[in-house]
Amino acid sequence: MSDASTATATTATSEPARALAAVPRAGWHVATVAATRRETANAARLELEVDGWPGNAAGQHLDLRLTAPDGYTATRSYSIASSGSGTRVVLAVDRLPDGEVSPFLVNEVRVGDRLEVHGPLGAFFVWRPVDHGALRSAGDGAGGAASALRARPVQLIAGGSGIVPLFAMATAHAEARDLTPFRMLYSVRTPDDLFFAEELMALAATSDDFRLDLVYTRRTPDGWPNPAGRVTREALEGAVLPATERPIVYVCGSTGFVERVASWLIELGHDARDIRTERFGGI
Amino acid sequence: MSFITRGFSGRSHERDERLPPGQTLVHDFPVLSAGPTPEIDTAEWEFSITTETGGVHSWNWQQFMALPIDEVDTDIHCVTHWSKLGTSWRGISLDTLFENVETQYDYVMAHSYGGYTTNLALDDLLDGKAWIAFEFDGEPLDPEHGGPARLLVPHLYFWKSAKWVRGLVMMGEDEPGFWEQNGYHLHGDPWKEERYW
Amino acid sequence: MQHVDGNAIAGPLAEFFAFDITTAVARCNGCGFVAELARAMVYTSPAGSVLRCASCEQVLATLVESDDRAWFGFSGVSAIEVRRR
Ligand SMILES: Cc1cc2nc3c(=O)[nH]c(=O)nc-3n(C[C@H](O)[C@H](O)[C@H](O)COP(=O)(O)OP(=O)(O)OC[C@H]3O[C@@H](n4cnc5c(N)ncnc54)[C@H](O)[C@@H]3O)c2cc1C
Ligand SMILES: [Zn+2]
Repeated sequence: MSDASTATATTATSEPARALAAVPRAGWHVATVAATRRETANAARLELEVDGWPGNAAGQHLDLRLTAPDGYTATRSYSIASSGSGTRVVLAVDRLPDGEVSPFLVNEVRVGDRLEVHGPLGAFFVWRPVDHGALRSAGDGAGGAASALRARPVQLIAGGSGIVPLFAMATAHAEARDLTPFRMLYSVRTPDDLFFAEELMALAATSDDFRLDLVYTRRTPDGWPNPAGRVTREALEGAVLPATERPIVYVCGSTGFVERVASWLIELGHDARDIRTERFGGI
Repeated sequence: MSFITRGFSGRSHERDERLPPGQTLVHDFPVLSAGPTPEIDTAEWEFSITTETGGVHSWNWQQFMALPIDEVDTDIHCVTHWSKLGTSWRGISLDTLFENVETQYDYVMAHSYGGYTTNLALDDLLDGKAWIAFEFDGEPLDPEHGGPARLLVPHLYFWKSAKWVRGLVMMGEDEPGFWEQNGYHLHGDPWKEERYW
Repeated sequence: MQHVDGNAIAGPLAEFFAFDITTAVARCNGCGFVAELARAMVYTSPAGSVLRCASCEQVLATLVESDDRAWFGFSGVSAIEVRRR
């Protein structure tokens, strides 16, 4: 299967150019593990204190490099669940059964351990709060057009650990008291596999501009209206902002999940240019 | 800045004297590839050798399978520092395929379904050094591993063993293939650690 | 492992360029598709990473890394557009 954008016209330049504005410069940093906790039975949350971290936008990732005593190194990318100017960086890692790095991060890493990280990375898959003051005063002209685009609603679609960068966006949205309508569709195996469960429920309960829809693929909570099962095209159509509202859509999860969702979004009339994807790999 | 990560050893990395310098042992077979996996039906599959005169020697799957088959037990060495020992393959020797090929040229460009290319010296393909392999560990070669057929040149780094091979084109001079244009060594001998330019 | 997004190789590329080049727009030599490199498909093979056009799958660029060097090839890109502001 090829990328979703195959289905559309021959150009796909960026929508709001300003969304790609400069982000802090990437560099290698030493991170010290400040806190760890079980996120789910199969995943851990790592809070890192990163010396010299320049801050990051919501949605960015970092590369983490582990070095064995014999000099062997393994590098993997992890999305950042936090954003802003601080030096605290939160990761959430799902353990793959025969993985090389993720079981180490989930089971082995302890408070005080030092890790090498490179970041912040990826200025494309980011969301930034809208400057509503600027939006009102900008009036017409190019700046006005760009701001108008940025005020478009946002649809977040996560599969499994793909929630991490989208959680950062939802949190940044709430913290900035941003008025952009946000809607999130989060697909997980069972209620026990939810990442950031409390935080997401709190966001959904307290914010009028954030709506959360959950899909359980293996087991639902008692009394859940829908049976367990993968996200289908119909479910997607029912739970995401319609193409007519021209949302910016962020999709993140395993490669297979992202491919399926992105191709359905195109079929449902969303413009490929409005869809931003972050594939985590796997099938 | 690099420092050792407490508690991290990575996947087991055994040493063995059959390993070339800088290599460690693996038991699985990494399947990462540079593009989508081409799905080629053996009914459509064709393999050809093209010479400087434009002469083409080609085999369809049936003709190919009628050639004498070699059993090959060999070690393979990937440029990314892993080696796998004692792998078993079945394939057709390049000596057999070149039997009736007349050429003055000394170099070969291997072309694959999916567009990949890699360059080789003819000397590295003849005298029992290379095969077009279609079976691995007693099973037909998976598309992920290069099936229906891949080049097998085990004495060179494994990127030279082009997956999904479809033909060889003779060349008067050694010209770089896909990875060789982008950083890799023209020859790729693991015992000399010919990894990069 | 299947492909990921161009965005995912922002890390190694940050060692070459003073800005995040995955946000730059490039034109595919094969089909003329114009998009941010972040939208390209990244295949990670043992030899290196290959960026392919999201529209026609042709190779746009390659990234090879050794311990002490790296190579970035732009063989399938006709031009790269970089934003000044
Ligand atoms: C930009 C980016 C951001 C990422 N962010 C996160 C994150 O926030 N949290 C997180 O947990 N992971 C994230 N990942 C995935 C992460 O980088 C690793 O791929 C993952 O942790 C597996 O590494 P490993 O060494 O344990 O497995 P490996 O040893 O590399 O692989 C083990 C097996 O799992 C398969 N596999 C590899 N990746 C996946 C996958 N994502 N899903 C299913 N199977 C897979 C492989 O094909 C292999 O068979 C991200 C990936 C990218 C590209
Ligand atoms: Zn193209």
